[in-house]
Amino acid sequence: MGTTPVSAGGLSSIPALLSRNSKEFANSPAYREKEFGIWQGWTWAETQTEIEALALGLIDLGLNEGDFVAVIGRNRPRLYWSMMAAQMCGAIPVPLYQDASAEEMAYTLGHCGARFVIVGDQEQVDKVIEVQADLPLFEQMIYLDPRGLRKYDHSKLHQYSHVQDAGRSKADALRPEVERRIAKLDYDSICVMLYTSGTTGKPKGVVLSNRNVIETSKSSSEFDDLRQSDDILAYLPMAWVGDFIFSVGQAVWTGFCTNCPENAETMHVDLREIGPTYYFAPPRVFETQLTNVMIRMEDAGKLKQRMFHYFMEHARKVGAGILDGKSTGLVDRAKYALGELMVYGPLKNTLGFSRVRVGYTAGEAIGPEIFDFYRSLGINLKQLYGQTEATVFITAQPDGEVRSDTVGVQCPGVELKIADNGEVFYRSPGVFVEYYKNAESTADTKDVEGWVATGDAGFIEPDTGHLRIIDRAKDVGKMADGSLFAPKYVENKLKFFPNILEAVVFGNGRTECAAFINIDLTAVGNWAERNNIGYASYQELAQHPQVLATIKAHVEDVNRSVAEDEMLSGCQVHRFVVLHKELDADDGELTRTRKVRRRIIEEKYADIITALYDGSSDVSTTTEVTYEDGRKGSISATLKMCDAAVSSVSSRMAAE
Amino acid sequence: MLDQTEGYMTADGRQIGPVVMEMKNITLRFGGVEAIRDISFDIREGEIRAIIGPNGAGKSSMLNVISGFYVPQEGQVFYKGQPRPQMKPFEVARQGIARTFQNIALFEGMSVLDNVMTGRLTHMKTGLFTQALWRGKAEAEETKNREVAEKIIDFLEIQAIRKTPVARLPYGLKKRVELARALVAEPSLLLLDEPMAGMNVEEKEDMSRFILDVNDEFGTTIALIEHDMGVVMDLSDRVVVMDYGKKIGDGTPDEVRGNQAVIDAYLGVAHD
Repeated sequence: MGTTPVSAGGLSSIPALLSRNSKEFANSPAYREKEFGIWQGWTWAETQTEIEALALGLIDLGLNEGDFVAVIGRNRPRLYWSMMAAQMCGAIPVPLYQDASAEEMAYTLGHCGARFVIVGDQEQVDKVIEVQADLPLFEQMIYLDPRGLRKYDHSKLHQYSHVQDAGRSKADALRPEVERRIAKLDYDSICVMLYTSGTTGKPKGVVLSNRNVIETSKSSSEFDDLRQSDDILAYLPMAWVGDFIFSVGQAVWTGFCTNCPENAETMHVDLREIGPTYYFAPPRVFETQLTNVMIRMEDAGKLKQRMFHYFMEHARKVGAGILDGKSTGLVDRAKYALGELMVYGPLKNTLGFSRVRVGYTAGEAIGPEIFDFYRSLGINLKQLYGQTEATVFITAQPDGEVRSDTVGVQCPGVELKIADNGEVFYRSPGVFVEYYKNAESTADTKDVEGWVATGDAGFIEPDTGHLRIIDRAKDVGKMADGSLFAPKYVENKLKFFPNILEAVVFGNGRTECAAFINIDLTAVGNWAERNNIGYASYQELAQHPQVLATIKAHVEDVNRSVAEDEMLSGCQVHRFVVLHKELDADDGELTRTRKVRRRIIEEKYADIITALYDGSSDVSTTTEVTYEDGRKGSISATLKMCDAAVSSVSSRMAAE
Repeated sequence: MLDQTEGYMTADGRQIGPVVMEMKNITLRFGGVEAIRDISFDIREGEIRAIIGPNGAGKSSMLNVISGFYVPQEGQVFYKGQPRPQMKPFEVARQGIARTFQNIALFEGMSVLDNVMTGRLTHMKTGLFTQALWRGKAEAEETKNREVAEKIIDFLEIQAIRKTPVARLPYGLKKRVELARALVAEPSLLLLDEPMAGMNVEEKEDMSRFILDVNDEFGTTIALIEHDMGVVMDLSDRVVVMDYGKKIGDGTPDEVRGNQAVIDAYLGVAHD
């Protein structure tokens, strides 16, 4: 690879791009945040001044080049600025998950040896103080919101605005030092370190260089024609690589505006108010929104219901085609336009999607019905495939080639290859530098030629060149009869039903598959309310005979669909159990990005798995749960094992 | 005993000021029923003062005496050193006293924001005519009031329900909205009538944190009634314990916890 220390325009670091924006887009909005009920905004020029003041203050506090600065909190402009201020000082920002427990935080803070920690509020301050005894390198903490912190010992604790004030007052003395440090940044300097969520084992610190971030931001912005006038809503965890690329990388590259919601609960209201033009959400968010729309429609008047269903049916027929620019009959077009006026337009407005030009979903497979619903409304929702190690982008769907079952073609600059065992490998300018303090894992993941193993099994469709992902490579196994076992494939099909929130399929090395299922309390609860079914608790609802019957019907539907795929027909679910508690990241069953941790679930619920396979009709079990504040409790329940009919490949017709 | 004018230091290092409100030998009767019998205690500036007792002990009656809603037949209430005359509710509010109610008294059909804004009533100076004209003075006043309301909405973390009609909210949130309405009046004395009643553990913890934060952030003196002992003991600086209209204990949570009369009132006495 031809590596130059400086990019074409001399813009080889985030601070350099920031400085360009403060001149070129001086009066355009850079960041907005809703506070006290009003959207407060900062232009690029103001943003530059704010960040510089903080950088000066950080140097005044003794921040050195090469130090790690942990940033913890919800999406707020000042925390994004903290990351950029750290870069100005030659330090490395490390955003961490704000909902991580103190213990998890202790690990990451200790691993990177952060000297400075910048946090949102008292909750984070308390967490860091709780674990600071284990952090010999930790020195200073800076917080944004002073509420409740007045009586704290302020020898190592500083208010954000005070740090900025100190920086401003000493600007003349310290500015040369900041300028010197900024000038030293080049394309190979470290831009950011992000911790992976850790589906297995401890989180790993992925080191990304300016090259990784800027090259990726540049090519992805061009791929989707992102513009300076775009608006995004920053609401996904700051510790997640996607948020860093959207709200920092692409934002400084194209100069678009990043909008931060008032708090997590107001996200949907803020989404409507901002009406982003470029939007990203994991499938779960789209699912929840669709479920809400459907529930609300059931409460609507008869006329509205009929209108909704009439036009939605038409949209399903022609909407996606119109979006892709396919030729559509004049009558259909006219009817679609009427639908836009009566249903689609108002609905998009309610959802906050009126202005969306480019929308992405990734992280998990999205249900085809859900995906098609949004596309048929005229929302350009696409899928992308990526990971932290690639600085997000590996493949994405170009406009006009969007399907729910592929993740698109390789992004500009990315090369793909499929190994013999089906694992997907890639090489790109976005490929990470290393896992911090973990040369062994770095070598396992990235070979000398720069090829990175994704850990996912997939294949490239010969005629379209689109990549299709089947499952995590390490989860793909063999059934006892030697046929392929791909749990995720089946789980995704199960999760596409609104009633099913989460599913875990077992069967590796066994003769048949069995599954754990979590009901979706919103959808099932609403159904129970409509049908006058009383329940006292989640457990009771989950074990209600009618709920079990509904889930059984869903499982059998999935079995029919799985049977159609010859390669995977062995993965049909023979027996299942509806769990008495939701799988939860606080209990270690899911990662913070809500991915299933199979090994832990297998160990924790060994008794239930045994019952699924030994033919028992039910099992009594007690499960330990962790509450949000870290206290532990337990839930006991008797769970019924349910059988589901399976379809055989050859006698599929007969089975029906 | 402490002097009227001097303060004391709490266990967590807060400075408590002189007496702001003093009850002297209060007796309150409803016809033949004696709800409160000869009770005396004081509330000091900056402290969290709790009144506890079993059901029917006369706690709510006591709070109503403090708020000026009930006028006791005997005894006197001193507020900031002055004996308090009989007053109308709005006069009480103007003195800087705000309260919440045990059985929530919000305007159900109005949004949370509108409900909270009603708490600013005592701070509105413009007349009907100016309000009708709107532009100028009235507008500036509304902006100012909205600003205060928004700060409190932020403080109590109810931004997400700002525009939601109160009738649609769950009980725990309604309680928080009521607290917000009391707080926007910027009271110097805040009276809370069973702020945790009917709440689950998590809601109780949230509410406790808000009460402590209000006291800490705004320096508001708080008098609260509660029958959840655990919460009260964690929260308050000094506690008055009532039973059958009489005061049976008064002191710090630790003192009260060790008081035999209090233990008997709560756990009952063995009859032999």
